[in-house]
Amino acid sequence: MNESRKEILQIVIVLVGVIFLIKLFSIQVVDDRYAIMAEGNAIMRQVQYPFRGLIYDRNQKLIVYNTPEYDIEVIAKDIKRFDSTKFCEVFEISKEELRIKFKEMKARKEYSPFKPTLFMDQLSNVDFARVQDHMDEFPGFYIQARTTRAYSSTVMANALGYVSEINKNQLDRDKSKIYKQGDYIGQSGVEAFYEEQLRGKRGIRFILRDVKGIEKGSFNDRKYDTLSVPGQNLITGIDIDLQQYGEFLMKGKSGSIVAIEPSSGEILSLVSGPSYDPTLLTGKNYSTNFKLINADSLKPLFNRPLMAQYRPGSIFKIAQAMTALQEGVITPETRIRCDRSIINCHGAHSNEDLRGAIANSCNPYFHGVLRRMLNKGVVNDPFEDTRIGLAEWDKHIKSFGFGSQLGIDLPNEKGGLIPTPAYYDRAYNNRPWKFSNIYSIAIGEGENLVVPIQMANFAATIANRGFFYTPHLVKSIGGDGKALPQYIEKHFTSIDTSYFIVAVDAMEQVVREGTGQRAKLADVIVCGKTGTVENAPPLFDHSVFIAFAPRDNPRIAISVYVEDAGQGARAAASIASLMIEKYLIGQTKRPQIEQYVLNNKFE
Amino acid sequence: MSIREEDISGKLDWAAVLLYIVMVGLGWLNIFASVYDESVKQTIWDLSLNSGRQLIFMAASFIIILAIVIIDMRFYETFAYLFFGVILFVLILVPFIGKEVGGNKAWIGIGSFGVQPSEFAKFITAMAVAKFIGSVGFKMDNLKNQATLFAMIALPMLLILLQKDTGTALVFTSFVLVFYREGLSPFLLIVGICAALIFILTLLIPNQIYLHGAIAVVLIALIVFGKKKLRRIVLLTIGAIVISGVIESVDYVITDVLKPHQQNRVKVLINPDADPLGYGWNVTQSKIAIGSGGFIGKGFLEGTQTKFDFVPAQSTDFIFCTIGEEHGWVGSLFVIALFIALLLRVIFIAERQKSRFARVYGYSVVTIFFFHFAVNIGMTIGLFPVIGIPLPFFSYGGSSLWGFTILLFVLLKLDAHRSQMLQRA
Repeated sequence: MNESRKEILQIVIVLVGVIFLIKLFSIQVVDDRYAIMAEGNAIMRQVQYPFRGLIYDRNQKLIVYNTPEYDIEVIAKDIKRFDSTKFCEVFEISKEELRIKFKEMKARKEYSPFKPTLFMDQLSNVDFARVQDHMDEFPGFYIQARTTRAYSSTVMANALGYVSEINKNQLDRDKSKIYKQGDYIGQSGVEAFYEEQLRGKRGIRFILRDVKGIEKGSFNDRKYDTLSVPGQNLITGIDIDLQQYGEFLMKGKSGSIVAIEPSSGEILSLVSGPSYDPTLLTGKNYSTNFKLINADSLKPLFNRPLMAQYRPGSIFKIAQAMTALQEGVITPETRIRCDRSIINCHGAHSNEDLRGAIANSCNPYFHGVLRRMLNKGVVNDPFEDTRIGLAEWDKHIKSFGFGSQLGIDLPNEKGGLIPTPAYYDRAYNNRPWKFSNIYSIAIGEGENLVVPIQMANFAATIANRGFFYTPHLVKSIGGDGKALPQYIEKHFTSIDTSYFIVAVDAMEQVVREGTGQRAKLADVIVCGKTGTVENAPPLFDHSVFIAFAPRDNPRIAISVYVEDAGQGARAAASIASLMIEKYLIGQTKRPQIEQYVLNNKFE
Repeated sequence: MSIREEDISGKLDWAAVLLYIVMVGLGWLNIFASVYDESVKQTIWDLSLNSGRQLIFMAASFIIILAIVIIDMRFYETFAYLFFGVILFVLILVPFIGKEVGGNKAWIGIGSFGVQPSEFAKFITAMAVAKFIGSVGFKMDNLKNQATLFAMIALPMLLILLQKDTGTALVFTSFVLVFYREGLSPFLLIVGICAALIFILTLLIPNQIYLHGAIAVVLIALIVFGKKKLRRIVLLTIGAIVISGVIESVDYVITDVLKPHQQNRVKVLINPDADPLGYGWNVTQSKIAIGSGGFIGKGFLEGTQTKFDFVPAQSTDFIFCTIGEEHGWVGSLFVIALFIALLLRVIFIAERQKSRFARVYGYSVVTIFFFHFAVNIGMTIGLFPVIGIPLPFFSYGGSSLWGFTILLFVLLKLDAHRSQMLQRA
């Protein structure tokens, strides 16, 4: 049965074989294109690395750009008549180094004797010029051009971040499969946060080569070539001159300066002291330099404006005052005696109203304010009453942006800490606690932790009389100049505008006749608040100052935190006012204050 | 016992055995050629090379052959369904306990050692299908029998598809040819082939209105000029509607069912420039390698193209590139002739079986080998989309070599006993 079907199958089988042989005959014998392509000893794919996006400041001044550099790649099977002595001479390396280079190359995951593999990386322009003429003496070795980061000045290293070769963990985590071993990737700061926008797109060029490995032109009229697409440029809100001035003032000090434009949330400068020269983390000395910087006991890689969590000190009294006003437990006219039996104070004053208490930074006054705030007598049990009061307090304080990350466009931002009832339950192991256990938060000591960027944002919030924009470095991407949508939303606090006006008056008084008189400027009304944060002796206290100026239509809000530098009235207030002066007027008219900041050791 | 063994070796089909030995041997040499690196100076025996490991697989195949020859020939038919059940169970387990190799989760690890159950599913399904068709009372025109048969190949196919091993899953479609040989109406086969053709035409012709129009014209022509039986007209109309449906579904299949890399493979076939850096690149490189071989090739170990890692899977799925480059058209002719000779020989063996079980099994061997041969070589020379299935006996790999060895030698064992089969039937 079905005998003929056997024959049909047999015919089909033979037919397929014949079709294959005809097709094979056509590509192997008739068509000599393939033989010619193969004679070129294959087409080489050459990766074209894109230019990374540039970074500008708010006045279109270039901050970060690219500079060419050259890698040497090897196709191991093409190495012929290798003269190692000559090679070492040309490349200025020892025989031992050469041996290690070969060993490293073979250990690379993607190593294949038939594919270009990285051999030496990041030759400078000077090295390249010397080596270039000798390349034809070393068949199998090729030059691969790419670019490395360069900086118009030595500032802002931590905020900008650095770019380095992608590591194994990152490669494994890369779901997009965009990166290959040997690629560069932003590792911190803006470079990491905006990696996707900055990196651009690789291109590929196909090159025909002959048996000797010499280029014979492009393949198929470049039909298959793809051009590399450069990364997008970033326009930041940074004022690079102000940034430089800030780093100049912070020389030799640990701490931070954060300046924000209140009307937009754009960060004008972000100084972290001590810092390092960003150029050190580019080029072929990257790994040596990185080890040195990373081992430095002063932690120059620690981005203090975002990552240092400090007790805020007396600047916190402004937030306390507005919270208490909002809750109606005090009025601006409320007077509290400066009773120094529980909590110490400084200066000669005895019975101030709110503005006076802020101007003189009276500790007992704010101890009293927080007592009224936390123990309103809603219930009779003092423990439960404190718990209710603290929950309300917490809500207001957090509305200023304290206690959690603001969402700035940099990695590794810390959130600080604002204690809640639940926090104290844990801290006291569920034993009862009440106002007398926790009153040190009244003056910004105790459990509160605040990050410098939050302090500056707080100053900007007061400058705006009640709201803030999320602080951010980058204001637009690419050429369109359009503001990024995530940064145009206003975040309102839970405090009425009228109480902000009380705060503004008080801060003006601080500078005019209170603790912050070093920040006084001739032509501009500066509003500020000092803070002196207790430090464990023998170390000096931390010096803190927040400010904004001018009083009306403020253009700059600032926080300065100088570690181990004593009273806020001294180092921090001086630096803040110099920064304001520099930004608003262009230069300082108070060289004595500048000298005071630069020469005084604040000990 | 000893008398019987002698008996068998005398009756094994030595032409097929000889072809097998030549093909495996040539495969081994070409695997070495594809991984050979002049500068490293490794020998063909080196166990760090694929060629060295293939030698171990070949030795293991020899043991498998001995076992097949010794085991009683009734064993295969008797336990066919049991094996089928076991392999289905194992295939269900694979996605859970399998390890991922090259994007497919088709491997089970036994110690440091991995096997691909799907390679063994082929001959087990062949035995089960053969047993079913060979069973008493089986009629191919019985709709229920047909449904059972299609379910028997669809089950392992679906389970292998779940492992994302599309290539191996497609091999099971080759059983339809066996059914055809055993009396299945060619109608289904023709519809299938037409559907595939139309699928490709749809990709080539952007405006589908023309295709629908052409189908309508053909339909009317067939009705007007053919026999005007109602049954025939109804069938033709249904066929035309089905074909139109296939056309409409092409877009859906291309964008929703096929994974992106599979879409690329189909598109590359139609337009080799569509993805020059991806799959188009592989096919171009493969063609350059084969095409540069010329009439007599560059000589053993003299190939340059195949040694550039440009074409992936050089010693496995793309082994034919090495043959084409180093041995040219003449070498390709020889290898293709070997395959045709083997296929025709196996048809000859299948036809001389007295039991239906053995004959159906024999045809399964033919169609599976044929599918691998046609698809694998077709893809290396750009006549087929890139579907990752090995070239029998040539490609590197233990599981596939053993799978094909078992397929062939079980048939040779049955063949050696064909006179005894007759007594049973």
